[in-house]
Amino acid sequence: MRLDFHKNHRLLFGVIFFGFIGLSLIIAIGPAIWVNDNNTPLPTSQPLTAQEQAGLGVYVGEGCLYCHTQQVRPLPEDSPYGRPSVPGDYARLRWLDVWREPPMILGTERTGPDLSNVANRQPSATWQYLHLYQPRSVVPGSVMPSFPWLFTVEANPAPGAVIVPVPAQYAPAAGKVVATPRAQALVAYLLSLKQPPLTAGGATAPAAAAAPAAGGAGPDGAAVYGNYCVSCHQNNGEGLKGAFPPLKGDPVVTAQDPTTHIHTVLFGLQGKKINGAEYAAVMPPWSATLSDAQIAAVVNHERTSWGNSAPTVTAADVAAVRKQGADAGDDHE
Amino acid sequence: MTTQRPLTVQKTRIDELIDADHSLTRLVYAYIACAAIWLVFGTLVGEYLGLKFVWPDFGVEPWLSFGRLRPVHTNVVLWGWASLGMIGLALWVVPRTCQRALHSTRLAWISLLLLNAAVLAGVICLASGVNNGGGEYREFIWPVMGTFALGIILLAYNVYRTIAARATEEIYISNWYILGALLWTIVLVVVGYLPWYQNGLGDTVIQGYYMHMGVGMWFTPMVLGLTYYFLPKLLNKPIYSYSLGVLAFWTQMVFYSMIGAHHFVFSPIPWWLQTVAIVFSVGMLVPVVAGTGNFLLTMRGSWSTIARSYSLPFILGGVLFYFFASTQGTFEAFRSLNRVWHFTNFTVAHAHLTVYGFVVFLIWGGVYGLLPRITGREPPQLAVGAHFWLALVGVLVYGFALMIGGTLQGQSWIAQAPFIDSVTLMAPYWTGRAVGGTLMFLSHLIFAYNVWKMRPGEATAPSPAVAAFQAEAA
Repeated sequence: MRLDFHKNHRLLFGVIFFGFIGLSLIIAIGPAIWVNDNNTPLPTSQPLTAQEQAGLGVYVGEGCLYCHTQQVRPLPEDSPYGRPSVPGDYARLRWLDVWREPPMILGTERTGPDLSNVANRQPSATWQYLHLYQPRSVVPGSVMPSFPWLFTVEANPAPGAVIVPVPAQYAPAAGKVVATPRAQALVAYLLSLKQPPLTAGGATAPAAAAAPAAGGAGPDGAAVYGNYCVSCHQNNGEGLKGAFPPLKGDPVVTAQDPTTHIHTVLFGLQGKKINGAEYAAVMPPWSATLSDAQIAAVVNHERTSWGNSAPTVTAADVAAVRKQGADAGDDHE
Repeated sequence: MTTQRPLTVQKTRIDELIDADHSLTRLVYAYIACAAIWLVFGTLVGEYLGLKFVWPDFGVEPWLSFGRLRPVHTNVVLWGWASLGMIGLALWVVPRTCQRALHSTRLAWISLLLLNAAVLAGVICLASGVNNGGGEYREFIWPVMGTFALGIILLAYNVYRTIAARATEEIYISNWYILGALLWTIVLVVVGYLPWYQNGLGDTVIQGYYMHMGVGMWFTPMVLGLTYYFLPKLLNKPIYSYSLGVLAFWTQMVFYSMIGAHHFVFSPIPWWLQTVAIVFSVGMLVPVVAGTGNFLLTMRGSWSTIARSYSLPFILGGVLFYFFASTQGTFEAFRSLNRVWHFTNFTVAHAHLTVYGFVVFLIWGGVYGLLPRITGREPPQLAVGAHFWLALVGVLVYGFALMIGGTLQGQSWIAQAPFIDSVTLMAPYWTGRAVGGTLMFLSHLIFAYNVWKMRPGEATAPSPAVAAFQAEAA
């Protein structure tokens, strides 16, 4: 047979068509099948609940994945988001329904931060609702869209309704902001986003994982604050009235004895009055996420910023409080 | 008879009125007119989205939100505007180079209907929050994309039958690219939407293939095929090297197919797949250099013809963007540079420099090169000039703003600064993008006006401009 591509349209377009099918099998379909055959969900992971699955549907429909990735690269700058992602992290993804493919949650752009581990980084449901209702109420520099249509404004919310404590500046003139079932599903999904450990029971010690490089200057307290604390307590340390307490001038943060301060960062806080005020949000525990050195750095940042000037602490102080455990050392009323 | 214009140069008028089959003229014009409408709509959405980065609370209805309209913008400009524009021109080029009438004009009208219906349905779905899964350019759910694919299948059949019935012995190189692009896109949509291998991370492997081939095996070969016709035609000289075109064709098919995974460098998809993609991203330089070299060598010695033409500057611009933006893509694939640029707005700049600078400029060159010659109506030269310069300056402002901003974003992450720093530092560059985008959008309004001015007449007397030219020539 002569290879007269110029003159034989059957030969030419046959090679073009079937050649490309062959190439597609080699580079796309084959590897896709291979990847799926060689991965299973991590034994430590849980399937999404029905509500979380519905939340994933909202996540896709509202286009969250155009600005937020869910893939942590094996690069140092991605370490605040968690451990590097592995194929097993995605092994549970299935078609959403008969119309919609498995969502492309890995994403291709990071206009907002990675969400692989957002439930560990930002576990407060109150914060998530506020952030969805009006992102700039909690993150002033944010360019994220607000999603008011996931909420209703009700004069007399039914008992059990999820009421969002929107600061006066962003609150509607009358009535309370109530999260719809779609908002609740989305927040449930976001709060399910925790990277499971790669080996059962083998949770890596954060102290080791995040240890500073040998000879390094240790973690930067301002950077830790910027990554983990600022979204609630704000850059000026003044918190958000009615939702998140201030650190500026706070008696615990400025106390001579740092134990309660360290304890609060390590083990969180919930349901206590702070300076006589009640706060809806929960302070998450950071003991599993941050190392002793990181906590010491951020505690010192808080004790020496915004006019605060309290004695600083060392990683050893943090280790001591960590050792005593959650039940000891909290001096909040 | 020349008008005195102190600020602009008189461009040459068209030198021939092709004695076209009126049914084909109407068909080609309908495709281009629909494309122009999608262009104005799609870039109005894009313009609005760009402004949201400056004023995030501008428009808070669900169907006006960024997450829903971003895929509306990308899908409309890709599947509505650019696809219909390219197909419209191809429906002229294929019969012309085969010296045969189009196999079926009626079938081509049905394709137009299906493609328009698919894009319209897709827009409604996306604005209502029905998104196939958020994979870029794969956001139309399967019934919608299936309708689009049916339109493409009918076109492929139509074009194949026309080529099979050609009066020439050889198949002109344009037809390799045009029918190749149609066939590849059919395969692409089928592979992208079949369910069996798409659970888990397999979906990401397919997404890399799909989003890259959507550009590399549809838009790129289509406009290259059109340029292999329009450039020699408008310069009135043969293409520099036919063999170089053939080399570029086969290397395009083999190398481009392999590089989809470079959209997921450092991701958990297999490392070897990423490496293959990076290696072939370098191989991609072969068809790019062969293609641009071929076009530039064809232009060599004809620069004054290009300067006097109102369509050829678009083609020159498109060819230069093809070279620079494709080379940029190769560099973005390298792990060292990918680390800085991946996930940043640099990739948005790259997407616009390629699809807009390269693909869209070549479509405009073809539209201005063809329509006046088949309808007998020329667009106002000042309006074409304004279109060219607004689009060119606009895309350069857009591209450089986001390339600089994206690089700073990447560096901010590498320095492990708080994330919000990478958002606030973008403010001036997002403003720059909005300015560039506004210029681009204005140029599209002018283009739509020009398309209207080039509409086919009632098939009677030639337009005054053409009549004047014919009188002068006589």
